[in-house]
This record gives sequence, structure tokens and C-alpha cells, in this order.
Amino acid sequence: MIRFENVTVTYADAGAPTLAGVDLTVPEGELVLLVGPSGVGKSTLLNAVSGLVPHFTGGTLRGRVTVGGRDTRTHRPRELADVVGTVGQDPLAHFVTDTVEDELAYGMESLGLAPAVMRRRMEETLDLLGLAALRERPIATLSGGQQQRVAIGSVLTPHPKVLVLDEPTSALDPAAAEEVLAVLQRLVHDLGTTVLMAEHRLERVVQYADRVALLPAPGAPVVVGPPAEVMAVSPVHPPVVALGRLAGWDPLPLSVRDARRRAGGLRDRLAGRTPPPGPATAPASAAPASGAPGDGPRRAGAARSGVRAVLERLVRGGVTPPAPAAAPAVAEARGLAVRRGRVEALRDVDLVVRAGETVALMGRNGAGKSTLLGTLVGLVEPASGSVLAGGRVPHRTPPRELVRHVGLVPQEPRDLLYADTVAAECAAADADAGAAPGACRALVSELLPGVADGTHPRDLSEGQRLALALAVVLTARPPLLLLDEPTRGLDYAAKARLAGVLRGLAAEGHAIVMATHDVELAAELAHRVVILADGEVVADGPTHEVVVSSPAFAPQVAKVLAPQPWLTVPQVEAAL
Amino acid sequence: MNLRAPEANRSNAVHAGAWWLWALGLAVAASRTTNPLLLGLLVGVAGFVVAARRTDAPWARSYGAFVKLGLAVLVVRLVFSVLLGSPIPGTHLLVTLPEVPLPDWAQGVRIGGRVTAEQLVFALYDGAKLATLLICVGAANALANPARLLKSLPGALYEVGVAVVVAMTFAPNMVADVGRLRTARRLRGRPAGGVKGVLQVGLPVLEGALERSVAVAASMDARGYGRTAPVPRAVRHATTVLTLGGLLCVCVGGYGLLAASGGSYAVPLVAAGVAMALAGLRLGGRRSVRTRYRPDRWDARSWLVAGSGAAVAALVVAADAAALHPGVVPLAAPELPLWPALSVLVGLLPAFVAPLPKESM
Repeated sequence: MIRFENVTVTYADAGAPTLAGVDLTVPEGELVLLVGPSGVGKSTLLNAVSGLVPHFTGGTLRGRVTVGGRDTRTHRPRELADVVGTVGQDPLAHFVTDTVEDELAYGMESLGLAPAVMRRRMEETLDLLGLAALRERPIATLSGGQQQRVAIGSVLTPHPKVLVLDEPTSALDPAAAEEVLAVLQRLVHDLGTTVLMAEHRLERVVQYADRVALLPAPGAPVVVGPPAEVMAVSPVHPPVVALGRLAGWDPLPLSVRDARRRAGGLRDRLAGRTPPPGPATAPASAAPASGAPGDGPRRAGAARSGVRAVLERLVRGGVTPPAPAAAPAVAEARGLAVRRGRVEALRDVDLVVRAGETVALMGRNGAGKSTLLGTLVGLVEPASGSVLAGGRVPHRTPPRELVRHVGLVPQEPRDLLYADTVAAECAAADADAGAAPGACRALVSELLPGVADGTHPRDLSEGQRLALALAVVLTARPPLLLLDEPTRGLDYAAKARLAGVLRGLAAEGHAIVMATHDVELAAELAHRVVILADGEVVADGPTHEVVVSSPAFAPQVAKVLAPQPWLTVPQVEAAL
Repeated sequence: MNLRAPEANRSNAVHAGAWWLWALGLAVAASRTTNPLLLGLLVGVAGFVVAARRTDAPWARSYGAFVKLGLAVLVVRLVFSVLLGSPIPGTHLLVTLPEVPLPDWAQGVRIGGRVTAEQLVFALYDGAKLATLLICVGAANALANPARLLKSLPGALYEVGVAVVVAMTFAPNMVADVGRLRTARRLRGRPAGGVKGVLQVGLPVLEGALERSVAVAASMDARGYGRTAPVPRAVRHATTVLTLGGLLCVCVGGYGLLAASGGSYAVPLVAAGVAMALAGLRLGGRRSVRTRYRPDRWDARSWLVAGSGAAVAALVVAADAAALHPGVVPLAAPELPLWPALSVLVGLLPAFVAPLPKESM
């Protein structure tokens, strides 16, 4: 259905080709998952299928891409619209009209289908995607998962043979991601649609894939094979695969179910041992490891044994601070309520965060996580109740003073960056924070080794930009650090580096509150998990207690090894 | 028989064009009078219908903005009248502002000076008329989905229509961007307000808008926007000739109409020009392969809505009573003329016949 023959793509101002010599064949009706670290050209490959590369983006494409027998060289994207449906990373950037029904009709109208056919397919698609109740809603009022389903529906109505998806679940909470994946399953099983999809959150999708195509490094050849075989060599892999590699299972399990069926022996070996207190405990030195993919902390100890392991365990036990109970409170909310129009975004929320503590805020999209962070940093004024950050009332403190007490890295770190170069950004941050000149640059060098002064923030990768924004915020040395969805769009290597940095900050005494959908990150870092639902706190307690019992928020390792309280691979690794 | 209006859904929606005709009817009526009581009645009628029949959709919220704009126009008109004077003669002197001395060549221009009650009343009536016109437009905006209106355009103009729709969705996005970036400024410890703050935010907002437009363009292209059907050469040329020729005829005919010398050829020429242009548009539509999904249908309720607006306009135009223009010199209290007032009330009809929007979710 999709054939890449020796495809090389070079963008106009790039020195090296983004894709080099790619050969890939996707037969009809398969779900192929495209994996690889950030910046290896996954998006370029996906857009080459729909013809947007090179017709829309520019650059040169050598070789041949055919879809359903049509050569993208001679067919422009609009002439492939009836064969390929493409959904990009940001569904909002995809929408042309303003209501659900118009959006689903748009593609069919462009292709000139008969009104009666359109009407029938509309009803079918609304049912298939579970959108019937939303048909007349303005798109702007939908939740993230609903928008993603509308975006998929809008390319499904012309009945394409191929569906191309770029990170369809990255921005979604676990439940909304399940919704979207269930739809994809149905398309592949019931309609025989061919799906090519890229995704960083492998723990969510890898078990659905028929085959996996791995782009290991920029310019490297594509490795295609059954998921278990590719995962065995992939630098990016979900925790369940890491656990399988650690335990030496063959073939590797891809889903929690597979792993559980094999985990009896491992559970026996772990019986009687307890995970070290505090969050997962890879040593701080191993985590912010060199940038090379595959060099993450999870693989670092593959060949560790005997005395060394024992020593390390001892060292770790000493290094990891247990959740500090007596430390002073850095942030405190009492009976906090926030209203947005008629909606009560938060209701009667109590939260205390102490120095050195890492708290994960979880809950579905729209549960009030970002609003809670906003009140702590003074962006949102509470309707009632009190909130204190660093002993001050945030919304009454001037911003210049507040930055020294609390800092927030927003969901889109790029919003924080104005300047043309990294150096200028650092100078501005020093001035904003009243820090000594060079303070920010020193932080950048620590978090982001090897970034030149003259780099434009726009040219940084997702993870590098996050690190720069983090450095800018940390320049003022706020004792309370807030992060909103920090792992959105990060690959496993970038996530591991971020985890290392945050662990280091917590050890220095920073209190960290992060709103996240990423259960693996929460399991790895958080001392405490607070779950919000409809603006109320529904659970607040130590990570292993809150998370292990929850079907939605439990990390994969916890699901595999339940009822034992293990959360992450490094914990298990340390105990073995 | 059940005469109550049904609950609104996509199939029974009143045609967007009908709402616009209704609003234009009210606007025509407003343009024929300066009587503040009648104007107030028109605003009340428009407001009542909007309150009764608007939805929760984003475009429906624009009504409040239009009302504010109307009030602003009224205030500006009054302020200008006070500051720059007015040719209206008046005897009721209210205050005398200090007058700025101007050189001889600026004769006829005055800054400051006498302010009379007559000139203020005149400005008030005039401003109220403008404000009412704006509020009528706002009502149409709130009641009719602009995207649906564009769907009713002929096929050849469709691409222009899409450009307009995309442009319209941009404004709210940019406003959201400005909000987000000002928030981010606060997070960096800079005060969010001030001219400097807005300026610093400007560039990233424009960048964001540009990126979004590129993304939307890519999405539209990938979804088949701009697919064309093969059209024979002859038809293509005929389209060009008809459209350009028609426009030329309309121009020449229009000149003839205005010049008063070409009364004999002007009218037929304009008619022929319009006919040619329409034929050109129709032929041009053949190039487009687009079909329309559930376009608005012009049903009996649409006739009633459009008809009520037309009736208001026709009745007020026909009335032409002296009471439509209450005296300013000498000052006289405005009276409410019975027949024009009753005819304005016809405009309330849509509040009873248009389908009832569902309760907000």
C-alpha cells in the first residue's frame, strides 16, 4: 500500500539529508508503528506519504514514494486526499471549520461526493468514533481527546485506504488515549485501513502494532520487523520491554498482559524484598547521561552483578532522600476554590508542599491541574480559600519579586523564550531575576551541554527547549518549581535526562510540583501523587499507595508485578 | 396543528441569508429615521430576537461587542460635536468652551467655542442612528453562522469564502495567543501590562499566527482543497470573457447612469453586464468539483424571517411621516408615531417562528 524506494529527503538549508536511503513497504491493512528518538525524521517520513513533503515543505526528495500505486512525485497532496488521510501533531492546527459536523464534511465536500453519500458516511463516522452526541458542538469547546477523535474522523470520512498519524496520543490523558487507540484498533480490524503512526509514548501503543519500523539515528537505515524483535534492539522502548530485557525474557513481552503471564518467577525472586523508600532511585549521576540514545539509565546496569550491585544498592539507599515530612512548607493551599465563569475549576482544595518534595498532579484533561499550578504562581486569583507560595500571596505579589519564590515552566516552553539566541535569552533571564550575569548561562551549560551561544531557541529540539526554559526559570533560584506537562513531545532519552535533572533539584531542596499525564514519570520521580477530578482532590498520598491500585494511573511495572509495590525498572534492577 | 417553533437542528435551521435580510430590513428602517424612540424600539426588537434565538456558539457572542461598539460610536459623535462645533444653529447655549485661534486659511474649521443644546441633540440623534445600524449588523452576526452564509455562495466564489472563514477564525486565536504570551511574561518576572509589554509580545504572536496559517494550509491541501475538474479550453475562455465583459458593461452602464447623458443605453447595458457576470460565475463553478454537505434550506420559516425584515423596511419607508424626523431647530420633544412603531414591531416575528436553539450544554 505504501512503498518507499531508496528515499532521501534533504531540506534546502540543511547540511545533511533528514532521511537517507529509506526503503519501507507497508502492506494493506497493517498497523505499522514508526519509532525512534527525536529528530530522526519521523515527521518527515510521515509527511512524505501524504505528499506534503516535498510539495508543501520544500526540499528535495530523491527516490520514489508510492501510495496505493500513485507516485507522490506526480500527484500533489490534494490529489492524494482520497487515498491518504493525515493527522498532524496538533489537532487544533488541523481544523479548517468551526463545528464538528462541518469539519467531518470538509474532506468529502472537497472531493465532491454526492450529498446522499456524504450524509450516510457522516452518520457512520459519527458512530464509529463515538462523536454523535457532539455533532453540533463548536470544536473549540471540545476536550483534547475529543478533538483528536474529530481530527481522525475528519480524514476518515473520504474513506482513505491509508491513515497517517503523528503522535496521536502524546497530549492526551491515559483515558483519552485509550479512546483514540480503541478507534484505531477498530479501523484496522473492521475496515482494513492501513495505519502508519509515529508515537513517543510506546507504552501505550506498541502492543497494537503489527510491525515496528525503527529509525535508530538520523540518516541510519530503517529497521523493520515484528515489534518484539525490533524492541529488543531499539534505543527507545517502554518500561515493560525494559523489564523484559532485565529479566531476560524471550520473546520480549509488549503488553502488560504478556509480561504478567511470564512474571511469576520474577515476582517470586522479588518476594520478601521491599523497594527502597522514596521515589525510584536511579543514581543522580547516571540519569542525566550523555545524549547518545540508548545510553539511558535503564540500560546502564544491564551487566551489573555481585559485589558491585550490593555496593550500589547501599549507595543508593544513602543518597535517596525519603519523602521529607518535617521540612518547612513551601506552598500551602487551604480550602482553595477557583471559578471560571459558571464553572468551578477548583473546589475546596487543600495542598501542602514541603521543601525537597516532588508532587505529581494527575487527573484527566480539564480536571483543574493547570489551574492549580496557576493559582500557586499568581496567574489565577482564587474565588475563596487561601494560597501561599513561599509565604506570600501569589496574585498580590509583583511578578519581579514572585519569580524568586516560585517558578512555572508552562506547557509550551517556547512561550517563555523571546530572544533570538540562547545567549541573549540568558542575559535577559539574569536581568529579570536580578541574578549575577552568567548565572543562567551556567545553568544552561549544566542542563544542556554543548549548545552554542548563537543558537536560535526555535532550532532547539523539544527537549532542549524545555531545558532552556527550565534554566531561565531556575535562574531566580525559586524554592518552588512548577512544571506543566513537562514530558509532552519528549522521547525516552530526553525524558530520562529531565528526570535526572529534576531528581537533582529535589535533592538540593527544591520543592517540585508537576502536572502530568505521564504515569511512568510520576512513578519515577514523585514522592507523592495528588489526583484531581472535576476540581476536587480525590486522592493524595505516597506514590506507591495511590498509583498501584489505580487502573489508569499505575505504571506498567506496577501492573506487571502487582500486588507487590514496585513502580519502576530501576527499582527492580536495584533489588535484584 | 402545533404552531410552536420546533427545537433547532441542522436540518430546520433558518437560512443564514434570511437572518441577514431580516437584519438589513431593520437597518434600512433605522436609516430612515432619527426619532430616538423609534431607534430605541428597533434596538429593542433586535435585542429581543437575539436573546430569544441565539445559540452558545462563539460567533453568537459577538452581539455584546457590537452593542459596545454602537455606544462608543454614539459617544465619539457627541464628543466631536462638542469639540469641533456644528453647523446647526442654536439658541439654547449650554457652555462656551475656550476657542483655539486658527489661521485664516482654516476658515470653517473651529475648535472649541459655543456648545448649544440643539447641536448636542442633533449629534445624539445622528449617533443613535449609526449605533442602531451597527447593532442590527451585530444581531445578524449573532444569529447566523458566518460559515454557513459562505456555503451559500456560488461555487466559483467558494475559495474566496474559505479564505474569509480562515481569516475570521484567526482573530480569536491571536487574542488567545496574546493572553498566553502575556502570562508567560509574568512568569519571567516582567510586568504584564504596559505598552512595552504589548510590543514585546507582538512579534511572537505574529510568528505564531504565521505558523498556524501554514499548518492550516497544509491540512487543507492534504484534505483536497483546490481540487479542480478538467474543463474544456473553450469553457475556460468563455468564463473569462463573460466575467470580464460583464464587469466592463456594468462599469460603462454605471457611468452612463450617473452622467445623465446616456440614459438610453445605460440601463440595458447594466442589465446585460449583470447577466454576463452571473453566467460567468455559473460557468466558472464547473471547474470546482465541490459538493455541499447539508446546505441551509430556504423553507417557510426562512421566508417568514426574511419577510418580516422586509416588511419593517417597506412600512417605515412608506410611512414617511414628519414624526420620523423630530425637530431639532426649534427643539421639540420627539413623539412616537403610531404606525411606524407598529410596523417596527413586525420585526419581532422571528422570535416566535424561528426554531428554538437547544439549551446550552
